[in-house]
Amino acid sequence: MISIARSASLSQPHPYPGRLITVEGIDGSGKSTQLLLLDRWLTSRGYPVRFTEWNSSRLVRRAMKRGKKKDLLTPTTFSLLHAVDFADRLTYQIVPPLKAGMIVLADRYVYTAFSRDVARGVHPAWVRSVYSFAPRPDLALYFRVPIEVSLDRLLAGRTKLKYHEAGMDVGLSTDPVDSFRMFQSRVLEIYDQLAEEFGLRVVDATADIPSQQKIVRRLVRDTLRRYEGKRATGSADGA
Amino acid sequence: MGPEDRRQKPWYGEGLPYLRVGPLPGHLIVIEGTDGVGRSTQIELLRPWLELEGHAVSNTGWTRSPLLADTINEAKAGHELTVTTFSLLYAADFADRLEHQILPALHAGSIVLADRYMYTAFARNRVMGADPAWTRQVFGFALVPDLVLYLEIDVEHLVPRVLEGKGMDYWESGMHLALGTDIFDSFVRYQRRLIAEYNALGREFGFVTIDARRPVDAIQSDLRTHVAMYLASARRRRRPQPEKALGRSRA
Repeated sequence: MISIARSASLSQPHPYPGRLITVEGIDGSGKSTQLLLLDRWLTSRGYPVRFTEWNSSRLVRRAMKRGKKKDLLTPTTFSLLHAVDFADRLTYQIVPPLKAGMIVLADRYVYTAFSRDVARGVHPAWVRSVYSFAPRPDLALYFRVPIEVSLDRLLAGRTKLKYHEAGMDVGLSTDPVDSFRMFQSRVLEIYDQLAEEFGLRVVDATADIPSQQKIVRRLVRDTLRRYEGKRATGSADGA
Repeated sequence: MGPEDRRQKPWYGEGLPYLRVGPLPGHLIVIEGTDGVGRSTQIELLRPWLELEGHAVSNTGWTRSPLLADTINEAKAGHELTVTTFSLLYAADFADRLEHQILPALHAGSIVLADRYMYTAFARNRVMGADPAWTRQVFGFALVPDLVLYLEIDVEHLVPRVLEGKGMDYWESGMHLALGTDIFDSFVRYQRRLIAEYNALGREFGFVTIDARRPVDAIQSDLRTHVAMYLASARRRRRPQPEKALGRSRA
């Protein structure tokens, strides 16, 4: 059976030649848009890029779907299923490209669990230990946005908030919008603490999209300063 | 039901902080032991006996949660599991059963007979090569059982029992660990390691060890003796002290 390399941990830089860049933020913060633009930019400059997304592995898809649909999930099982998803993607999607010297872009990382699961009520020390096998990102971006801005963005694109996104399972309010405000405020508060604890780089996500992307690219350029994995075929530019 | 036990049952680690779990008048009794040792046979015999004694009994077994049983079976059929995903899936299954079966039954005053508990994960994960400290932290949400009955056997007695029963299976033989190409050799090596882990856990966590090399009836008789002793001591603890009895409310 395959084991995850024990050399990785959140408390020290990972030993792989690749680079791991992660984005965090509440729903509607615009982090996925920024990551997509970053992906385009890096790819156009000849960097080998792999993309991975929170809660996307096939392994727990069915259990997650059933659990959500039938409201079977508790804060602990919700957290553990996401940890299974993460461990699975780490093994197959994150560590191999890092070992091959590629750049991995992760839409949400362990900090999502540290904020959302704790907002749902699990113990902060417990969830940190569950994810203790995760490698530390080379750059962890946090898109900070006030609740009202994220609500506006989410409701502009669709008519309804998703049940878990609004934290309806926590039972703070029966009104989805109120519940979203209360639940995501907790998440936001925890993210701010995490930014300090783990050195997340805060990006003001109320700014317009191009100005945010400019900041993101500057931070990424710094992160890639001593990176040597660029493809020989890439455009000539000493980043 | 007799007077309630006002003491809180302890958590193994951080517990479930979002639940306000009050006193749990039921009893959590765990039967541990390696694959094929006869745990389920013994539990099937314990249950009617306890019911005749007037106790409500609830069963729970490893990987039997409605949330994850299918996922675990499917994943085991493929080859994509890692030590970490394997361990976390079992932890999720356990958490699901703890919150949806074990805690409600204990709250209602039942005796919960658990076929395996977190110790099985501790033993297996260690043999699979997971960091033992990590496994224990992951199970920090678990409730500490009131009594752990450990069916101890050696490989020499286990082999014929398994072969006369359902035979050697891929996982129970540790074939996933590539300990040997031959299922028999692999079984012997894997189970020997597993049993050594269980024995060490037994010493560490104070299991009541039952010699499971003997016939079913002899084992059952020992189990009943230990369960009866435990229940008697629990009753004694619950008998209200005279001065405390004054303060007892109807609730």
